[in-house]
Amino acid sequence: MILDKNTWIILRREYLTRVTKKSFLLTTFLTPLAFVLFIVVLSFLLGYRADDVVKIAVLDEGSGISTYLENSKYVEFVKEDWDKEIAIERVKKGDFEGLLVLPMLEDSAFTRMAVRYFSDGKLDLENTEEIENQLKEAARNLKIEHLALDMSKVELLKTKVSVVPERITLTDDNTPGPSTMTSYIASGIGFTMGIMMYFIVFFNGARVMQSVMEEKTNRIVEVMISSVRPFQLMMGKIIGVGMVGLTQFLLWILLIPIVFLIAKPFLGIDPEAVQSSSLSNQEVAGMQEAMEDLDINLILSELMNLNWWLIFPMFIFYFLMGYLLYATLFAAVGSAIGDDLQEGQSLTLPISIPVIIAFYIMISTLKSPNSSLAVWSSIFPLFSPIVMPARLAYDPPIWELIVSSVLLVGFVIFMVWIASKIYRVGILMYGKKASFKELWKWIYRSS
Amino acid sequence: MDDNILEIKSLTKRYDQHLAVDQVSLSVPRGGIFGLLGPNGAGKTSLIRMITTITQPDEGEIWFDGHLMGYQDTQKMGYLPEERGLYKKMDVFEQLIFLARLKGLEQKDAKKKVKEWLERLGIAEWGKKMVEELSKGMQQKIQFIAAVVNEPIFLILDEPFSGLDPINASLLREEILELHRKGTTIILSTHRMEQVEEFCQRIALINRGKNVLMGEVQDLRQQFKENIFEFSFETLPSDEILKEYEQVVTHANTLSIQLQNIAEANAFVVKMIKMGHILTAMKEVLPGMNEIFIKQVKRTSL
Repeated sequence: MILDKNTWIILRREYLTRVTKKSFLLTTFLTPLAFVLFIVVLSFLLGYRADDVVKIAVLDEGSGISTYLENSKYVEFVKEDWDKEIAIERVKKGDFEGLLVLPMLEDSAFTRMAVRYFSDGKLDLENTEEIENQLKEAARNLKIEHLALDMSKVELLKTKVSVVPERITLTDDNTPGPSTMTSYIASGIGFTMGIMMYFIVFFNGARVMQSVMEEKTNRIVEVMISSVRPFQLMMGKIIGVGMVGLTQFLLWILLIPIVFLIAKPFLGIDPEAVQSSSLSNQEVAGMQEAMEDLDINLILSELMNLNWWLIFPMFIFYFLMGYLLYATLFAAVGSAIGDDLQEGQSLTLPISIPVIIAFYIMISTLKSPNSSLAVWSSIFPLFSPIVMPARLAYDPPIWELIVSSVLLVGFVIFMVWIASKIYRVGILMYGKKASFKELWKWIYRSS
Repeated sequence: MDDNILEIKSLTKRYDQHLAVDQVSLSVPRGGIFGLLGPNGAGKTSLIRMITTITQPDEGEIWFDGHLMGYQDTQKMGYLPEERGLYKKMDVFEQLIFLARLKGLEQKDAKKKVKEWLERLGIAEWGKKMVEELSKGMQQKIQFIAAVVNEPIFLILDEPFSGLDPINASLLREEILELHRKGTTIILSTHRMEQVEEFCQRIALINRGKNVLMGEVQDLRQQFKENIFEFSFETLPSDEILKEYEQVVTHANTLSIQLQNIAEANAFVVKMIKMGHILTAMKEVLPGMNEIFIKQVKRTSL
């Protein structure tokens, strides 16, 4: 049994000293604050838009578009029969931001139009887009008029399309087939789970490594190993740190919504302002349509329809295995690194790379959860702890889950065995970091 | 067999190309203080690591208390490593309890024992401090407590006095002797030969991973004596007379000479008395462990 008495004592120490540390309390309680602050600042920045209305003189050389040109919230078009010189003078004086010259058009069937803009000031992106959009709209209306189209018929050209998936094989319990919502919800849940796995693995793996290095540079390891087996020390540490990470994680889950609730009235976030300004008009329109389709009851029923009895235990399983896998690897690397973390970069890289690759595969999995990349990487044990949780909500075939978890368990046992071999030699080697060749030898050394 | 708490038989430990311990055998009698000597890099630490089960030997056997040593025997051992180490960011009291519990003590007993020892070494008021806040000497006392808190029957002390001021050194000296009186077997690994002469009944000297010398300190000094005798006279004989003797050293009224044996020493005394020099003292000079150490290490390093 892994959890014998000494492992338990080590685990307990590892947990208690960490949880009672000031730095732990600070990060645990300040991170939700920082998180909320970050979101507030971000929404402010995204929502930021110069309030000044930009005044622009418009000279129409005969296109007729100016008749249809309308002012927007941020741009005011001053349409007069300008003399170009006078208008430019007035721009120079600062009465206008610039002068827009609409060209004479050959015929009304144009598809391209270059509009000159005279100004010494630079036109910022937002205003350029604004002006272009207004001109497009005006040109469209002009064309509709010229082509003598019926406005209501033109509107008919627009079509809203949504693909509604219908299940061919009926589910056992006669649950209704999936709706469009299902994939949104599944990808939301998948993303949350995948990203949680990624951070849990990375942060706590690094913590384990740091802790191993600390014991090594402290030389306490010599005292420890004269009382407990290296394996007990390693496992006690890994489980202890894992529990610290879990504690922190649970506290965050609790604290972040609380902080949000407290902070909301003071901060006055205006979600509409955020949306309308940071996204182009079409996107906003798309969002609004999506919002119209949103039905809380539908979401809830979809959530209920998800097979939580499978998803939740499987998530816990992948969490435990993924953490164990990477934490032991980090422990082994920590034992092989000397006193200098900088020096050990070359050793941590081979662990970081699979985690990062898995993360990106996980993101792409959300778009196509049944692609062969998604299937194979959720079976491959180095990636599966991060990729499979993201696929769980998409109802992956049972055989994939079985193959993936059996392979993962086998691989974890194998890696724990390898890591413990490196660890027990590494922790007693002082001085420089080990090379890969040496690590290889340690695995084969008796003890 | 039963007199020896530890019996090491042809122990060998290899690190890559390097033979750290090469067929070392030694036996440590129960209840004694045993000196483990050797120059730097001789393989002492490698040997100690095998005795404390930190590493496994490649060849050979270690018998402890009458049976082949197993991992559970570490519960009856105490170890003060040369490379001191404690958790820097943990308070003294908690840390000692933690280490005691790993040696098999229950929480309650561990607490009691740690308290006793802290008081005994006069550092009870430091119990709530973090280790990193303590002076080096203080940390060393903590480390010593960690080694003895489980009341080991077998204790390994690797350079226990290094870094201690004279007051703390003598405090520690008393504690070591007290443990000895109570019957604890102690292995003392040190480079300080005066400590060996002070504490150890028996020693083993290793060099380059091999056994060089083993035996009772008194026997070894006899074995390596060079028949140097020291005489004190009221008046020293003249240089003329001493010229015919070897290795003559005079110091005030004392004179040391290398002779063949005790008979020749007696003959020398008779001769001097006849010449009117009155003898006030005479003794045979036995070599110090220091000399033996240096000579034997040089001999085996060639």
